[in-house]
Amino acid sequence: MAIEARNVTKRFGEFVALDDVSVDVASGSLTALLGPSGSGKSTLLRVIAGLEVADSGDVFISGREATALAPQKRGVGFVFQHYAPFKHMTVWENVAFGLKIRRRPRAEIRARVDELLELVQLGGLDRRYPAQLSGGQRQRMALARALAPEPEVLLLDEPFGALDARVRVELRSWLLRLHDEMHVTTIFVTHDQEEALELADSIVVMNRGRVEQTAPPRQLYDEPANEFVMSFVGPVNKVDDAWVRPHDVELRHEPNGSTREAQIERIVRLGFETRVELVRDDGERLSAQLSRDEADELELARGDIVYVRTRRERTF
Amino acid sequence: MTARRITRYGSLAYLALILIAPVSLIFYRAFESGFGAFWSAVSNPDAVHALRLTLEVTVVAVPLNTLFGILCSLAIVRHRIPGMGLVNAVVDLPMALSPVVVGLALYLLYGTQGWFGPWLTAHGHRILFAYPGILLATTFVSLPFVVREVVPVLREIGTEQEEAAATLGSPALVTFRRITLPAIRYAVAYGVVLTTARCLGEFGAVAIVSGGIQGRTQTLTQYVQASYENFQQTNAYAASVLLAGLAVVTLVAMTVIRPREDTRGNRGA
Repeated sequence: MAIEARNVTKRFGEFVALDDVSVDVASGSLTALLGPSGSGKSTLLRVIAGLEVADSGDVFISGREATALAPQKRGVGFVFQHYAPFKHMTVWENVAFGLKIRRRPRAEIRARVDELLELVQLGGLDRRYPAQLSGGQRQRMALARALAPEPEVLLLDEPFGALDARVRVELRSWLLRLHDEMHVTTIFVTHDQEEALELADSIVVMNRGRVEQTAPPRQLYDEPANEFVMSFVGPVNKVDDAWVRPHDVELRHEPNGSTREAQIERIVRLGFETRVELVRDDGERLSAQLSRDEADELELARGDIVYVRTRRERTF
Repeated sequence: MTARRITRYGSLAYLALILIAPVSLIFYRAFESGFGAFWSAVSNPDAVHALRLTLEVTVVAVPLNTLFGILCSLAIVRHRIPGMGLVNAVVDLPMALSPVVVGLALYLLYGTQGWFGPWLTAHGHRILFAYPGILLATTFVSLPFVVREVVPVLREIGTEQEEAAATLGSPALVTFRRITLPAIRYAVAYGVVLTTARCLGEFGAVAIVSGGIQGRTQTLTQYVQASYENFQQTNAYAASVLLAGLAVVTLVAMTVIRPREDTRGNRGA
């Protein structure tokens, strides 16, 4: 294991940010800490980095006990949500900072910084100040800065949170490629389930300072451990006592033994997918997700009566 | 439009009446009898000594208050020590308290009947009516300026840059020198300018503790007052011009610092 957190508890006054949390992160993996705000995911990241001291519990990094170690000595790269650029330094100086602290030879620093700037596609912008960069560029600079001292572990706090939607999607696939090249154990914090599902090979779902489930994306989606995970990871309908995903809601014009009658309240066409909002005869609401072709074939219209069948229902 | 005009001319008229007219008059009076008279007034030994004393106090009080101002600011903003709110309030005391009261307080502490006075006198240390007393009074009244300038800037920059430096392996002192200090340098510089101006102009507290002995414990502001009371108006005006000149230098320093501070960080964006 590259990182182990054992029974970590952290309180801020009355608020329990982490409640007996244990997490294992495999060496070389890309792990997501996923949860709503206030779930303790950022606090856990900061405890691993040594920026917060846990009230109790232990942290191991690459097998070494790191619980009482200062952040300077943990060999951890950290990218802050708002990147925390050194505003009075150029891009080049920002990236070189960790190497200069380690008093590496000047030629080595130059080579490493130039290489990293190329890697994060900031070659040619080395003399700019952070204020002269776009959000995405600043983020990549922060990444290069964190990677410069060759950390054993890379920690990213909401790495895409402050970016607009398009840049976010671009940076995601870029980060994935980067991780494949660098093989540095990476943990990132996110509240965006789509981001976690797309990037991570292991997801830790957190809620109210506790770990709800740790699993690979597919397993998390298909076999959620409880209602919270089911409803937080992916869209969901609650039908009677069961939970069902909108894409497991099937619509047809003819009833059969296992269908329920419902009226179409609204149809939303989102490019490739079509979302149909329904009200059942007993007043319960649910939504169905269809491909555009399926929806076209059924010739659905608002106000139509359709018959609903659900698949892969889950009860907890 | 008229509202704007009232704002503009109203403020200008107010400044002219309250600030510019009196100061101009001082300059006018100082040079009324020609530059020769002015020069002989400022070059008389008592004036020179008073100027030197004022500068000697300033060059010690300003670095002291700068150093401790930065330390206090860090303590107030960065450390969650109980009682720091009280410290924050106490720092403002010299602004609220009349300098005369400060002088009196020092007198009570270091005078012959005071708490420390007898012991210090017995050990051959002279505080009141001597350089240490003047320095204490001046340092007291000029204490808040660096803190007041630096605290809001420290709050604004937050701790993220310092934390980032820590994760990059930077020891605390290096982080302070390479990250924190550059971020607050304009606030510190501005605080230093204000502190300097306050030190040069201090009168009330010093008047009580210095004794104002001509050629020995008389600061420049006291020299102005003493000259005026002794009907040596030319000396008083000339020394005033000297003080005003020092004030102009600090003002210029201030305007040089300010615009750079404002434009920084907005570059590009």
